[in-house]
Amino acid sequence: MLKDATAIVGIGQTPFAKQLPESEKTLACRAILAALDDAGIAPSEVDAFASYTMEETDEVEVAKAIGAGDVTFFSKVGYGGGGSCATVGHLAAAVASGQATVGVAWRSRKRGSGPRPWKNTAVQLPTPGQWTRPFGLLRPADEIGMLARRYMHEYGATRDHLFNVALACRNRANQNPAAMMYERPLTREMYMTSRWISEPLCLFDNCLETDGALACVIVSAERARDCRQKPVYVHSVAQGLPAQHHGMVNYWNDDPLSGPAWTAARHLWKQADFGPEDIDVAQIYDAFTPLIPLSLEGYGFCGRGEGAAFTEGGALEIGGRLPLNTGGGGLSEAYVHGFNLINEGVKQLRGVSTAQVPDAATCLVTAGEGVPTSAILLRS
Amino acid sequence: MALLTPVTDEDGAPFWEYTARGELRIQACAAPDCGELRFPPRPCCPHCQSFDSEWRLMSGRGRIWSYVLPHPPLLPDYAELAPYNAVLVELADAPRIRLAGNVVAAPDAPLNSVDPARLRIGAAVKVAFTEIDGVAVPRWLLERG
Ligand SMILES: [Zn+2]
Repeated sequence: MLKDATAIVGIGQTPFAKQLPESEKTLACRAILAALDDAGIAPSEVDAFASYTMEETDEVEVAKAIGAGDVTFFSKVGYGGGGSCATVGHLAAAVASGQATVGVAWRSRKRGSGPRPWKNTAVQLPTPGQWTRPFGLLRPADEIGMLARRYMHEYGATRDHLFNVALACRNRANQNPAAMMYERPLTREMYMTSRWISEPLCLFDNCLETDGALACVIVSAERARDCRQKPVYVHSVAQGLPAQHHGMVNYWNDDPLSGPAWTAARHLWKQADFGPEDIDVAQIYDAFTPLIPLSLEGYGFCGRGEGAAFTEGGALEIGGRLPLNTGGGGLSEAYVHGFNLINEGVKQLRGVSTAQVPDAATCLVTAGEGVPTSAILLRS
Repeated sequence: MALLTPVTDEDGAPFWEYTARGELRIQACAAPDCGELRFPPRPCCPHCQSFDSEWRLMSGRGRIWSYVLPHPPLLPDYAELAPYNAVLVELADAPRIRLAGNVVAAPDAPLNSVDPARLRIGAAVKVAFTEIDGVAVPRWLLERG
């Protein structure tokens, strides 16, 4: 019922920078209005909103500020970066089921504000914080680093494999004037000699701190035909919260290296007319480099334990087996909790990416792996 | 120096009451035909949905499942010790239960008291307890000193 019933018809974004002077609310409004303008749809026609947690701006504020009409659907998905693609999924479901007609999803984020629980010395999260934080597992980098070392031990993955991921993202950012890392090339020597953040993860295994906002507009496939831009259809959507999963410290089940991606992927492909081998370009959530091999396995691009080897031989570069994060991703374009991956997927299927994959017609976009997640398949 | 102490909840509180007595105990289902261990603690059993639970004494032995060596930026009191180790210990009595912790040279030694070169996935460790701000916190000692 959902398959190709809706399309993304507008995208918008603000500049990305380490610090922007404007507030998150202002940035959100700028991105949303840019996306509506891109679609050729008046703000008064918007009747649905979707965002995800750790977002400072509520739909009430945004709707009022941009001049939306009566809103009949709104949704805020949990687990921070795990919710990025779910915003598109929720709006697609709302539009396809007749609950709304014009949906806006957005993300606005400033590095200096908003909840960053691992920075706060006074307030600790209760469960699972009591089982990890006193022992100095303070940051997401520490929590994912734990899985990364085990993954390297079990499957022979090396830092060179993680470098392949960082390099592919950086190379794409070097082609993208909007990226934080435009004109800032990365070398293997820079990677191997950079400072540690949480061994085995170094500086370049971590995403960028970024201020910025993005938005996209979703309407029915029928309405999409009358919009300004070539429609990008929402082909399949899925969320994933596996049995016995636990937050970002999924350490207490049979196989902590099989994260929520596996659950989301099963549902995503079940709904789709094509499979992993038919994907032209992928935008995979890259808060940390090890999430890429883990996700490549979860979404079925290779077998269990083969994700690191998959990155060899330029596979993730333009012209490779699976061009990855073609705007630069969270590692090198901007870390805006993965929303830039959605907009980059749309650019690829419109044929206007700064690192265009020739004739790209299918794109996988994923949300944060390690936490309860979501993913979408887009097609032109 | 002020390392973080656990902020407990109703489900987790018994774990810390037992560590205060020098015991490492894990929650288990108390239904007669079940008995499954579970961690983190929670109100009911995911296998049989029973709300009856007991806290089973562990041998305190385990193996390092993985570890990281955090470097700054960190909270100030952890940054002072960095790089220190944070490990996951898979309990010998309960293979799917992995406790986060730290390998130290002696129960009260700092988090950076063991040379990281001595850490290995699979290394055998045993539990010890140290007191931080009135809370008995588990620490791990390498079996082969
Ligand atoms: Zn039970």
